[in-house]
Amino acid sequence: MIISEQWLREWVSPDLTTEELAHQITMAGLEVDAIDPVAGEFSGVVVAEILKADQHPDADKLRVCVVSTGEETFQIVCGAPNARPGLKAPLATVGGVLPGDFRIKKAKLRGVESFGMLCAEKELGLSEANEGLMELAADAPVGTDLRDYLGLDDQVIEIGLTPNRADCLGIGGIAREVGLLNNLPVNAPVIEPVVPAIDDTFPVKLEAPQRCPRFVGRVIRDIDIRSPSPLWLQEKLRRVGLRSIDPVVDVTNYVMMELGQPMHAYDLATLSGGIRVRTAEAAEKLTLLDGQELEMDAETLVIADHEKPLGLAGIMGGEGSGVSETTSDLFLEVAFFTPDMLAGKARSYGLHTDASHRFERGVDWQGQVAAMERATALLLEIVGGKAGPLQETVAEDQLPAKRVVNLRQARIPRLLGFDMAAAEVERILAGLGLEVERSDEGWRCGVPSWRFDISIEADLLEELARVYGYNQLPVTPISATLHMPAHKEGTLELPRLRAHLAARGYREAITYSFVEPRVQQLIDPDLTPVALENPISADMSVMRTSLLPGLLSALVRNTKRQQGRVRLFESGQRFLPSEDGLAQEPTLAMAVCGSRFSESWNQGGEGVDFFDLKGDLESVLELGSAAEQFRFESAERAGLHPGQTAAIYRGDELVGHIGALHPAVAKALDVGSATFVCEIRLAAVLEAAIPAFAEVSKYPEVRRDLAVLVDREIQAGDLLANVRASAGTYLKDLTLFDVYEGKGIDPKRKSLAIGLTFQDLSRTLSEEDVNLAVDQVVDSLEKNYKAELRS
Amino acid sequence: MENLDALANEARAAIEAAADGAALEQLRVDYLGKKGQLTALLKGLGQLSPEERPQAGAQINVVKQELQELIGTRKSALESAAVAAKLAAETIDVTLPGRGQSTGGIHPITRTMERMEAFFGAIGFEVVEGPEIEDDYHNFEALNIPEHHPARAMHDTFYVDPHTVLRTHTSPVQVRVMETSEPPLKVICPGRVYRCDSDLTHTPMFHQVEGLLIDEHSTFADLKGLIEEFLRVFFEKELAVRFRPSYFPFTEPSAEVDIQCVNCGGSGCRVCSHTGWIEILGCGMVHPKVFEYSNIDPEKYSGFAFGMGVERLAMLRYGVNDLRLFFDNDLRFLEQF
Repeated sequence: MIISEQWLREWVSPDLTTEELAHQITMAGLEVDAIDPVAGEFSGVVVAEILKADQHPDADKLRVCVVSTGEETFQIVCGAPNARPGLKAPLATVGGVLPGDFRIKKAKLRGVESFGMLCAEKELGLSEANEGLMELAADAPVGTDLRDYLGLDDQVIEIGLTPNRADCLGIGGIAREVGLLNNLPVNAPVIEPVVPAIDDTFPVKLEAPQRCPRFVGRVIRDIDIRSPSPLWLQEKLRRVGLRSIDPVVDVTNYVMMELGQPMHAYDLATLSGGIRVRTAEAAEKLTLLDGQELEMDAETLVIADHEKPLGLAGIMGGEGSGVSETTSDLFLEVAFFTPDMLAGKARSYGLHTDASHRFERGVDWQGQVAAMERATALLLEIVGGKAGPLQETVAEDQLPAKRVVNLRQARIPRLLGFDMAAAEVERILAGLGLEVERSDEGWRCGVPSWRFDISIEADLLEELARVYGYNQLPVTPISATLHMPAHKEGTLELPRLRAHLAARGYREAITYSFVEPRVQQLIDPDLTPVALENPISADMSVMRTSLLPGLLSALVRNTKRQQGRVRLFESGQRFLPSEDGLAQEPTLAMAVCGSRFSESWNQGGEGVDFFDLKGDLESVLELGSAAEQFRFESAERAGLHPGQTAAIYRGDELVGHIGALHPAVAKALDVGSATFVCEIRLAAVLEAAIPAFAEVSKYPEVRRDLAVLVDREIQAGDLLANVRASAGTYLKDLTLFDVYEGKGIDPKRKSLAIGLTFQDLSRTLSEEDVNLAVDQVVDSLEKNYKAELRS
Repeated sequence: MENLDALANEARAAIEAAADGAALEQLRVDYLGKKGQLTALLKGLGQLSPEERPQAGAQINVVKQELQELIGTRKSALESAAVAAKLAAETIDVTLPGRGQSTGGIHPITRTMERMEAFFGAIGFEVVEGPEIEDDYHNFEALNIPEHHPARAMHDTFYVDPHTVLRTHTSPVQVRVMETSEPPLKVICPGRVYRCDSDLTHTPMFHQVEGLLIDEHSTFADLKGLIEEFLRVFFEKELAVRFRPSYFPFTEPSAEVDIQCVNCGGSGCRVCSHTGWIEILGCGMVHPKVFEYSNIDPEKYSGFAFGMGVERLAMLRYGVNDLRLFFDNDLRFLEQF
């Protein structure tokens, strides 16, 4: 809502500066977004009249004008196409200053002297209009300072109204607030009923009374629409952001801005039979004022005559029935449309108008008659004509019910934290227009017809708090019963996990949850991701089924910015469609590329490999003291290298994957192929074991090392599991300390060196005990893996 | 006995000149050993008269003791020098950088949320999370935003289908909490939210932290107290806070909270658009209709909710001047946190 300060002050004028006023209404919930002067800063500009406009001898587009300011005449060279004798326009005189500190000096244009400058609106900071000179009214007093003449020492105040405050979508509503806040009376314009000069009426029928329970109409004949609106009207509209169209439309807009009642004016000559307020017929067509053709659905309310639809009710009028320069007879409309019935309708047609904005939020359902009288009086004054009687068509039973809301005095301290004096309560509520009456518990409040947002007690409490001032309300330090919240030791805390990864050199990334379908398909070609109906762009149109697309994109962006070494992780939800519905699964992912360590004097620049990432992941799994429950098995996964990928299991459950990026995917994403990623369900990582004590042996350990040759295809993990199973109960620790393939051994075989540590809780193990265990291991390896002991 | 003096002088000089432990040992053998020169002198005492013998013996023993001590002293001196030389040879450049993995870091948004969780956690708020793809009911309807409500238009909602959205705020989590738990309740709900808007000051995804407190006696004054305290703790300074009436369908009274600009201290700057104030969060008393949707008796319980944008708090806290940096994941940005 944009208002002019001068216009508001015609209604109520507190002794406050513009800034103070803006602050006051902001703190009452009408947030001022901007304050702008209605014109740029300029001086030395007066109303002037062009007496003569001759062609410039040496320039096609310039004219040499003789301009009068009453006492003096000046020669002015001007390029505006509308410079013509008789036109009154603003003249910036020599010594005057235009916005931008542009000082007017005597000048010579193509050899002809010019003593000032005739101005367009844009040059004065009044609007963007720059096509020609600003045309002032024929009766503009020549020689008067333009600022005084137009009353330009005014501010435009832009208020960001919340959707509940439809009552403030007119100057009158804002004036009511300002009056209450300053304890000042509000001087509303006196609206007298217009005495009809003719008997003409035009029939109106409400065929959908639940949607339009009141329609006020009036015929006005013999108007003169040819002269433009008076300056005061044009200026007021300009300051609230509306362009002057013609005097009739200007008056309807003026009444809307003043009283918040949208209106419409029809050219009576284009109407046939009478008005029908009805729902549209299926697939009925209508061409709107802006030329747009619509096909309406049956849910749409239209204003029609007996032959055709005339406009979208409460939204926009149609082409062909509105006023034009040839109109002489008018039919005016001020109606009430039920907000619930109109809500969302404009948007469904891609429209949003001043009228729909108001009707959707709620227009005073008792204000139509006053608006009609106000508009009629203004029109008779401006365009003349003869008014017919005011016609009110109303379905009383469909009008909103008069609401009475009870306010219990005891609820005030209960919710606001303090006792407000009864007199203050009554002053505030009455000032808002409520009919306040004492009751046993507090007050009974009749809600005025302009407040659609007051229907329960809490609404009244809010009004009290708002007008009293939030910052005047007390503040109490919060207090509560102390209790220790549950703390699950069996769940690893996510912050701990993040800190751990950070300590291992990873940077946390946060990437968008929506990704490019192409990249999603590279990683999860078998999944159909959840797609957005209205994505912000094509490359952010599907919900991620994996954190990898986003993380890899972040990695690529960094490598392209010359970051050779990238270690990133992210935790967040991924969205997995499945037969049981959508799973929104918290997930952890990591991605690395580049050198293993930062470049340094004492560390080689060798690149990361699978085992760097695996080591980091294993360290994460160890945080929860349940690392032994996880196992890695060679596997294949889309997007990953088939020979360098492991599936991660916790128990029997597949919880994630780790691997090298598939070279084809790496190429498609433009990353180096030595990029390694892992992704694992967060729930599996965070489920921790609570430590359970085990006895520490005081007897010595015995260590035996074995080197065995096995086929290359044998997986170390399987072999070690076999060793663990066959070594007996004394085995305390098992390590794989060397893997060798190559020179000196069968090319199909590899050598694995295993360290076995034995220990018992109750005694020192004998040579025989250990030998027996080792023999069992060797036997098992020979049998199961055709292993040969290396000597 | 004159050769005793000569011998002693010769030995002293030799000990002093000994270059290492081996030379010193050789001298010990030469003078003090079984066949050493001083030992020979002792053995020669028998040739003296019984009167001369004790005196001569004593003199030789004095020399012997002296030489032993000299050898000992010289030995320690040589050892110390050897240690010093070894240490000198082992000197390293301690200013060279250390070895191993450099430290990474957590994202500034996470860092900010973790701080908030810590502050609220310390006074008993529990952290609760919820789905990001949310149904219409929880995102709007149960928050008193029926279909076609003008407030829906302000949300720039991403739709998955006509009844499923990407949550536009973290408030649906409070609905889920109220549905499944009995008051009193004290929770905060951090997480990602989505709005179909992208420009200099909007990203289509951002983060909020929602808070909800419900008990039998909470008031607007408590809400003000809690918010003011949080903002002081978060920014670690005393700053002016003001509450401005606003409108959210799910709270009443509703407020927007402004803080004195942390950049200019209220005198007006680019950060606060020259107003001296910065809008920082929205809050209010839980609307009775929201209680009704969740079957909580609004006569018995009252409560308040607040919601804040994490990006905004992080930008103010760390002086970040471009919202989009948060999701670009440029290491040069991330490394600053």
